[in-house]
Amino acid sequence: MSESKGESEHGGVSVRTLEIVVAAALMGLAAVVMYDNWITGARWGADGPQAGYFPFYVALLMLISAGMVLLRALPLAAPRRRFVEPSKFRPVLALLIPSMVYVVFAAYLGVYVAAAIYLTYFMFVVGRYKAAVVAPVAIGVPIVLFLLFEVWFLVPLPKGPLEYWLGY
Amino acid sequence: MEAVDSLFHGFAVALTAQNIMYMVVGILLGVLIGVLPGLGGANGVAILLPLTFSMSPTSAIIMLSCIYWGALFGGAITSILFNIPGEPWSVATTFDGFPMARAGRAGEALTAAFTSSFVGALIAVIVLTFLAPIIAEFSLRFGPAEFFAVQLLTFCSFVGLGGGSPWKTVASMMLGFALAAVGIDTVTGQLRMTFGSVEMIRGFDFLVAVIGLFGVGEILLTMEEGLAFKGERPKINARVVLDTWKELPRYWITSLRGAFIGCWMGITPGGATPASFMSYGLAKRFSKNGPQFGSGHIEGVVAPETAAHAAGTSALLPMLTLGIPGSPTAAVLLGGLLIWGLQPGPMLFIEQPDFVWGLIASMYLGNVVGLIIVLTTVPWWAAILRVPFSVVGPVIVVICSIGAYTVHNAFLDIVLMLVFGVVGYVFKKLQYPLAPLVLALVLGDMAESAFRQSMILSGGSLSIFWSNGLVSSITALAIFVLFWPQISAGIARLVSGRAAKQNSPGD
Repeated sequence: MSESKGESEHGGVSVRTLEIVVAAALMGLAAVVMYDNWITGARWGADGPQAGYFPFYVALLMLISAGMVLLRALPLAAPRRRFVEPSKFRPVLALLIPSMVYVVFAAYLGVYVAAAIYLTYFMFVVGRYKAAVVAPVAIGVPIVLFLLFEVWFLVPLPKGPLEYWLGY
Repeated sequence: MEAVDSLFHGFAVALTAQNIMYMVVGILLGVLIGVLPGLGGANGVAILLPLTFSMSPTSAIIMLSCIYWGALFGGAITSILFNIPGEPWSVATTFDGFPMARAGRAGEALTAAFTSSFVGALIAVIVLTFLAPIIAEFSLRFGPAEFFAVQLLTFCSFVGLGGGSPWKTVASMMLGFALAAVGIDTVTGQLRMTFGSVEMIRGFDFLVAVIGLFGVGEILLTMEEGLAFKGERPKINARVVLDTWKELPRYWITSLRGAFIGCWMGITPGGATPASFMSYGLAKRFSKNGPQFGSGHIEGVVAPETAAHAAGTSALLPMLTLGIPGSPTAAVLLGGLLIWGLQPGPMLFIEQPDFVWGLIASMYLGNVVGLIIVLTTVPWWAAILRVPFSVVGPVIVVICSIGAYTVHNAFLDIVLMLVFGVVGYVFKKLQYPLAPLVLALVLGDMAESAFRQSMILSGGSLSIFWSNGLVSSITALAIFVLFWPQISAGIARLVSGRAAKQNSPGD
């Protein structure tokens, strides 16, 4: 196969594989929901339907419909299409992974400092900008957000050591 | 006319200096949201919703609904100038809008798009003004069974009219209902699906889901497409606008058809996106300019824009009168109503006339203000789009994370937002529709309690949904809509079969 190089690099997930994985995950989730609601009580109680009644049947429908999606995805007849080209998936991860790190940072350093670090990283590494361009954006945006939320709208956001040191 | 009196009262409420200022701010923010990839009507309103908690509900809804109108206008700018639809409902606008822009007729295309949007919205607001009080009064007679039947109709419309795989629509919808059920059961107070976690008791907030699914998911998609905004520069001035306006009345049939399709698809929640495609398709088929569609004909811009804006506007009709939103953005606005302590539904018209009619009047004013603002500020928005995505993208992620946090001041929501973002990305790529998921998440509690009350009334028998003329006709309509693809295919086969029979002896 001509695409084998890309596949060995990233495992080249096909649309079909992902269809099956997602449908199976939905079925698994539905099964968990059904089980939990059956324990809660999905039958007819003394004064009407029990608490698990509605979600139980919702999950049953989810199980059936995801099952149908799975059945339709199984035949191999359809031409094999890649879910995402590896070269195009790299930028997706380039955004997703720093975003996850940003969330972790935000928990300890507060949203504003984490945002500054995140913007700096992204503009330097992905955007390849010069420091003269990066600095105003990476520092300016958190300051504007700070003024907007903490000062004007009085909506407190997660803060870290820097803000406490500044007296907020 | 009672509606006209109420409307004038509404104008008196909406026409204060403060509310007009909120209107302008809302439209500007809305156009910005509509223009930027990753931010759209639904998640834009969701992010800004917490900022309005301290405002009066009327001012807040005016500002938020104006953000929605602005986003509807803004979607057209990117479609025409950059061939990149800022919003899903403006995909059909790219078909003729971008070729026009490349031919140096960007000003004309933009004027046509904005004016058609305005016309579509205006027709939809007029429909809303006169239909809403009637539906509200009518629905006062609704019991739980009727309410559940209406919700059934809503969800069946998604399956039957939404296009795409019906099984995926159902799966996505049921995921929404299941997520909505997490937490404390509103009837018995029992905990459901919390799996022993305290954080889970709060349940899943749909605002967080909206910000993740539509915001972060969209940004991930944009990263994959590797957008480089290379577009045409708009030349727009009073002359171009006036010349285009002279030409537009020729396409009144297309406009009217688009507005009708839009109103229908907005009220029965098919949504703005299918409405715009349907309107474009019908215009192409019935217009004498049809063959020129796709190569940059102005009628091909008029058709989808009128329908999209009409659908977006009329989606508020079922939200206000029945408490059932017709689009994800209407769902977010509905969430806002609940947070401000207003119960949407028929009683809203009786208990909060200032609010309802102030909102409806602001829809007239907001669209006039919107039209003027977008026509005068287009070059400026086009300039914003030239800022590279590697700057805009992370800024939008930061704004989304703040939006998710402010909903409940819960840090876990930011994490959930990222999870929903990945889910949204995968679902979008596999063509699972997101709107049913969001609507099910919003309406889950209401649908469930309506269903359970009906079951208690009937002693557990589903026959309650056939017990009287009103509820059975709604249920029948729901089932009809659910099987609409099969029914319409059947009709088409019958018609073509008969035509073939009639033709064959003649041949």
